Amino acid sequence: MSLTETIRFALRGVAANKLRSALTMLGILIGVAAVILLVAVGNGSAQAITNRIEALGTNTLTITGANRTAGSGGLTVEVADALADPVLAPDVRSVSPLASVSTTLTYEGTDHEVGQFVGTRPSWFAAANSPLTDGAAFTADDEAQARRVLVVGRTVADELFPGTDPVGKQVRAGGALFTVVGVLAAKGSTGFQDANDIAVAPLSAVREVLTGYGALSSILVEAAAPDRVDAAQAQVSAILARRLPATGSGSAAYRIQNAAQLLQTQTETADTFTVLLGAVAAISLLVGGIGITNIMLVTVTERTREIGIRKALGARRRAVLTQFLIEATLLSLLGGALGVVTAVVGSQFTIVGIRPVIVPSSVVLALGVSVVIGLFFGGLPAARAARLRPIDALRYE
Amino acid sequence: MDPASTPRRPVLDVRALTKVYGEGAAAVHALRGVSLTVQAGDYVAIMGSSGSGKSTLMHILGCLDVPTGGRYLLDGVDVGQLADRQLALVRNRLIGFVFQAFNLIPRTSAVANVELPLAYGGVRGPARRRRALAALDAVGLADRADHHPNQLSGGQQQRVAVARALVTEPALVLADEPTGNLDSRSTDDILAVFDLLNAAGRTIVLITHEPEVGAQARRLIRLRDGQVHSDERQDQPGRHTAGVGR
Ligand SMILES: Nc1ncnc2c1ncn2[C@@H]1O[C@H](COP(=O)(O)OP(=O)(O)OP(=O)(O)O)[C@@H](O)[C@H]1O
Ligand SMILES: [Mg+2]
Repeated sequence: MSLTETIRFALRGVAANKLRSALTMLGILIGVAAVILLVAVGNGSAQAITNRIEALGTNTLTITGANRTAGSGGLTVEVADALADPVLAPDVRSVSPLASVSTTLTYEGTDHEVGQFVGTRPSWFAAANSPLTDGAAFTADDEAQARRVLVVGRTVADELFPGTDPVGKQVRAGGALFTVVGVLAAKGSTGFQDANDIAVAPLSAVREVLTGYGALSSILVEAAAPDRVDAAQAQVSAILARRLPATGSGSAAYRIQNAAQLLQTQTETADTFTVLLGAVAAISLLVGGIGITNIMLVTVTERTREIGIRKALGARRRAVLTQFLIEATLLSLLGGALGVVTAVVGSQFTIVGIRPVIVPSSVVLALGVSVVIGLFFGGLPAARAARLRPIDALRYE
Repeated sequence: MDPASTPRRPVLDVRALTKVYGEGAAAVHALRGVSLTVQAGDYVAIMGSSGSGKSTLMHILGCLDVPTGGRYLLDGVDVGQLADRQLALVRNRLIGFVFQAFNLIPRTSAVANVELPLAYGGVRGPARRRRALAALDAVGLADRADHHPNQLSGGQQQRVAVARALVTEPALVLADEPTGNLDSRSTDDILAVFDLLNAAGRTIVLITHEPEVGAQARRLIRLRDGQVHSDERQDQPGRHTAGVGR
């Protein structure tokens, strides 16, 4: 019997058993779509992190106290000012000391727990790559006078002033009134933490009202250029080593991270996340595979009888095998293709705040595995039945 | 020339055939040493009580099962020595088998079922369809060609099974109770088809419980407990011819 004939038989077999064919394809569809989508979600979140850190600027250094209990390692405004030394640190463009807390903002009875309430200097806006869409940033003069002015992020603006212009409004924070002077441009979010849930005020005002005059939370150092980051880091380290010598135990009282390192650690985290989702996806593929196996095994009695009939009528083992393998391939390919389509359509939607980005290799993998499963569990019972004597296949139950 | 009066080489030759199902205490001796030869062109009816081993013998003759002991020569060839592909060829070209349980492929139209042996025999396209429809017509089912087995009565399914066995015009027709579910008129139709085939020189072996059907054959073999109980030639078989016997 010719191959086209065998293919026609296989097609007829698929069409004759619509429910079984549909269930088999559904199993594969779900498995494939789940793998592709979950990996795409993981990948999407990783890309979001990358984008955000790149938006933050890759030419910044963040200095944090290594030991919080010891007063943030003595990071003070004086230390910060010492870093802005054109002689000792020529590659540093700006230094922004940060004091940040989380507090509640109140406006006309509406409360909003802001994720980051940051006190800093005007240089922060450029260093942190955070331009404004509305109003204006506070000035060095505001900082010097400890004026209670505030720049809010998109989320804060939406929460407290829905539908109205926040600029000029007064909000209450830590018992004092702050006047909103500007709104930050919206930033891409990572899905873990809302980068737009932020309020920025002059450092002096924040220390006066909220944090007190203890150690700083961190210092943001902007290098003169992206390729001067390493040089800036060396200069900053040298100054800090003199200012804040290592404690008795030998460990440094502060930690310097540059954006590239930050990017790397966060990307690693996102990769772990992707692997985790991939594992979940693999399980769903497995479950889909078990579904396929199930339906194949449920119908194996009927199929075995059919194979018995075909052999009794003079079908050669190879003709039978080829037909059933083509059937299985067809079902798994079709189911897999539908799964890919489902995943592509699904990836157009935002899932748990993340825009999925499809990884091509996951498509190949999911398709490959599903076809192998379909071939194996469709082909194995057929191969076994084709080897039986016709009468034994006919009597099979 | 009357094929019955000039016995030629044996087409079927079985010697001391035994078949045991199961093992040990549960073993069933379905055949206990059956020896017989059937000449080409003969028309043989096998009768016997239920469980006497008729179907078992027929399955072995049809190369669907293998005996536990003994030898089976088909057209002088030892079937036990044949490989899978040769057996497939024998089943397809040489033998037309009608099962006691019909064994039609479900969810597949009658005509597609009848086409199957032709397809495996390499007959293609319109010729195949035409021959399948002609075979269905011969058993009086031309108007049911597109029905699926579950849309047919037991007797109609049986006639589709007969059509499927006849469609390749095999030299040897083995039919396990081909008229078991049929009324006397349909029985006559089927028997007329068999007579026609036999008149064309084809060998027919059929199993039946009905004495009238057995009476149509030239030779009547009775099985009892897996052995040949009697084997007699019938001199005056009541002949059916196409168009006669209504
Ligand atoms: N697959 C099997 N396993 C075990 N025993 C079997 C099997 N097939 C048949 N037998 C036994 O072999 C004996 C002969 O069975 P067979 O089917 O040949 O009878 P039969 O003469 O065709 O009967 P019937 O007229 O009822 O069709 C019976 O006792 C039956 O129980
Ligand atoms: Mg029987």
